[in-house]
Amino acid sequence: MHPGIIFFLVILGSILFHIFTPWYWTDIASNWGGMDDTITLTFWIGGGVFIAVCLFMIYCVFKFSYKEGRKAEYKPEDKKLEKILTWATTIGVAALLAPGLIIWNQYVSVPKNALEIDVMAWQWGWQYRLPGEDGKLGTTQVININDDNPFGINLDDPYGQDDVLIQSDLINLETNQPVKILLRSVDVLHNWYVPQFRAKMDAVPGIVTYYWFEPNKIGEYEVLCAEYCGIGHYAMRGGVEVQSSIDYKKWLSEQETFKELIAKQQKIEFENKKIVKNNNFLLNKEIYKEE
Amino acid sequence: MSDEYENKTGYQAQSSETISSGSGGGSRTASDIDYVRPAEVTDQDLYHGHSFITKWVFCQDAKVIGVQYFLLATFTGVVGLILSWLMRLQLGFPGAAGFMTAEHYYQFVTMHGMIMVVYFLTALFLGGFGNYLIPLMVGARDMVFPYLNMVSFWSFFVAVGVLLASFFVPGGPTGAGWTLYPPQTILEGTPGSGWGILLMCISLILFVAGFTMGGLNYLITVLQARTRGMTLMRMPLTVWGIFTATVLAMLAFPALLVGALMMTLDNVLGTSFFMPTIIQAGEILEYSGGSPILFQHLFWFFGHPEVYIVALPAFGIVSDLISVHSRKNIFGYRMMVWAIVGIGGLSFFVWAHHMYVSGMNPWFGFFFATTTLIIAIPTAMKVYNWIITLWRGNIRLNVVMLWCLGFIVTFVNGGITGIFLGNVSVDVPLSDTYFVVAHFHMVMGIAPLMVIMGAVYHWFPLVAGRFLNETLGKWHFWLTFLGAYSIYFPMHYLGFIGVPRRYFEMYDSPYMTSAVGMNEFISMAAFIVGAAQFILIFNIIKTLKTGKPAGSNPWKANSLEWLTPSVPPEHGNWGDKLPVVHRWPYDFNVPGAKEDFITQTTPPSDVVGTEVEKT
Repeated sequence: MHPGIIFFLVILGSILFHIFTPWYWTDIASNWGGMDDTITLTFWIGGGVFIAVCLFMIYCVFKFSYKEGRKAEYKPEDKKLEKILTWATTIGVAALLAPGLIIWNQYVSVPKNALEIDVMAWQWGWQYRLPGEDGKLGTTQVININDDNPFGINLDDPYGQDDVLIQSDLINLETNQPVKILLRSVDVLHNWYVPQFRAKMDAVPGIVTYYWFEPNKIGEYEVLCAEYCGIGHYAMRGGVEVQSSIDYKKWLSEQETFKELIAKQQKIEFENKKIVKNNNFLLNKEIYKEE
Repeated sequence: MSDEYENKTGYQAQSSETISSGSGGGSRTASDIDYVRPAEVTDQDLYHGHSFITKWVFCQDAKVIGVQYFLLATFTGVVGLILSWLMRLQLGFPGAAGFMTAEHYYQFVTMHGMIMVVYFLTALFLGGFGNYLIPLMVGARDMVFPYLNMVSFWSFFVAVGVLLASFFVPGGPTGAGWTLYPPQTILEGTPGSGWGILLMCISLILFVAGFTMGGLNYLITVLQARTRGMTLMRMPLTVWGIFTATVLAMLAFPALLVGALMMTLDNVLGTSFFMPTIIQAGEILEYSGGSPILFQHLFWFFGHPEVYIVALPAFGIVSDLISVHSRKNIFGYRMMVWAIVGIGGLSFFVWAHHMYVSGMNPWFGFFFATTTLIIAIPTAMKVYNWIITLWRGNIRLNVVMLWCLGFIVTFVNGGITGIFLGNVSVDVPLSDTYFVVAHFHMVMGIAPLMVIMGAVYHWFPLVAGRFLNETLGKWHFWLTFLGAYSIYFPMHYLGFIGVPRRYFEMYDSPYMTSAVGMNEFISMAAFIVGAAQFILIFNIIKTLKTGKPAGSNPWKANSLEWLTPSVPPEHGNWGDKLPVVHRWPYDFNVPGAKEDFITQTTPPSDVVGTEVEKT
């Protein structure tokens, strides 16, 4: 068989695969539809170039395959052609870059009404903290973290006392309410990623990073760690439940604040004269030792 | 040699007069139009080995060193290939290999990545092809520092030894991922965080040291040891590619070196370059104030140029192969040269596109997305020029050309997906997913591999004096090309689903269950492609003794490496007299010429009346 035919079938197969593939985007559940649109645009322009280049190549292979005595063209340069191709490529590239940068600008500009959520990561799990009635998160420090203060909140920070603590890898969000995810890690790099939300960012020990999105579809989603973080990386999952406003408020009211946690622990301490090891941290420590 | 030197200088004055007094006149003699500036340095003295050890082991002949690099890089490449089989076994058929724990899986991922990028591709292109081809193609007798060149290879040898030794130390090799991101790299949650990472860093430091010795050789040989008439703009693009890649390597590897050194200090002495305050297993470690992102900057300042350290030699080599086997000059030679140099320069300004979601200042994203997409322009120009070279050529559809065509398809495919990932906001959903894995394997794994294979089939007749078997070659090509394409083309779509990379096991995430079938398919294809590579090894062993003898210049090429007095070329390459170059290496099918090629050493007086390029 002429090699050109096989190359042609490869290109044809690629196009058909793209059209009929059962594997494609997981349905989007956030405001980042613009990312999907830019991907679609890139598919059209980039895919068009790919097909054009390959078909041209295949045509040449058919048309100009070796014949004894045939003279190839001798034409070292063609300034005009090279100029046209350079400009056409530049325009194509600019057409792709522009929407990319516009959406990135939205990505790094967090809306003012976004709810700040502290996502704390460690090897290998997540926990979450929401601002209390004052609407502000208290400041934290890694060295403050202990059994009584699992989030490392600075005790003298008045904003911290009413923070809502969710010592679980599951969190609930309110639909159509933008959230600003503040990421921190106490050990290595992690990344809080929900494929349906499209957005992601690494959690880096030592600094706080952020990104934002607006969930817009009620449902339950899986959280994946998207930055390699050691042996347990693949098992570092969590969950998000996006709820209606009413359900969310009900859920929120059932959560414990930092003040309540301190009070509860003091009470237990008073009764038992010892600290109850009841937080995820120690639980994890145990798992860690077993491994 | 010195006599000739005087002779040539003797008529220098005369010929410049002729040119200035009226160049259009028909009175010019052959010696006038064939004039080439005299040599400026005397001929190189070479050390000729006498014993087996000095001839074949601690050898100072760049050609032998090239073959040594080639064989050792191929050996480590086979190790990398076997590791990839084990990974694919786990991904396609979880639990099928009983011994495979998450720990092993991550160790294999890490070693596969590091071996393939550094110890296979880099060593093969620069150490292997660079050593063999540079002196021959520029008309030198050898590299300018043959002894240093020998030490370079043996440093690489020790580096590979240290790397492979890490499989046998307590805790095994490092499982930190080939990017070696701290803090996890040196913390207990990562396999091989003790001995493994230490040996990895030592091995990289040895590699960089050895590579610097070789790299200086390549650069100075190209700059200083070209033969008479071999101007920079008459060099084959292969040499341009390897030369520019070496410049990049000289500037990029130091970043890796200091990164590896600083991490070793953090690991061994407890410094905190990359280590902030950390709590592990409930205890506060004795680190504070370091920056994990600093390492990522250092790593990618090396890591991105590294992509082009692999790609540029491939660009250069494939240009030459396409031109020779299309019997046509490479289209837009000057554009090709400037594109190589431009891509090389730009490659130092794009590194943070690997870090869009790393937590660095997000405003960097605007700058690095722009520079990254700008680099697509010279790269696209190169692609256009390759396919325009085919246009109205006289294309030999042999195995070498098939690899070149396979390269164009896979490279354009991988280049386009690079535009997805370089375009900052598009990268957000796709980064850290299988889309990235598919992209970089296509563009810097498969595409350069296609060129390596094409180059092996092309230059084997020079190295061994015999042709490789075409039929076996075709089987090798089609199995590799179709197989590799079926691995990586569908893999992009796993990334769209959102399947993250570096996952030992997927579990049953609802939207990912559909990926199971594809993973099985990809794994099967991977086993076949890997096995197909042994066809080449068989082919080489078979034809080394019994292949069709190639004779002198079997492809009717123009460049100097085919014009040595003996095939395969001997130590010193050129016999008594160095070649003199009169033209670029792409004079194929020149109108008015008797044959369809004019070698670089053909003097103008032999081809009077042809419309050759005035280069």
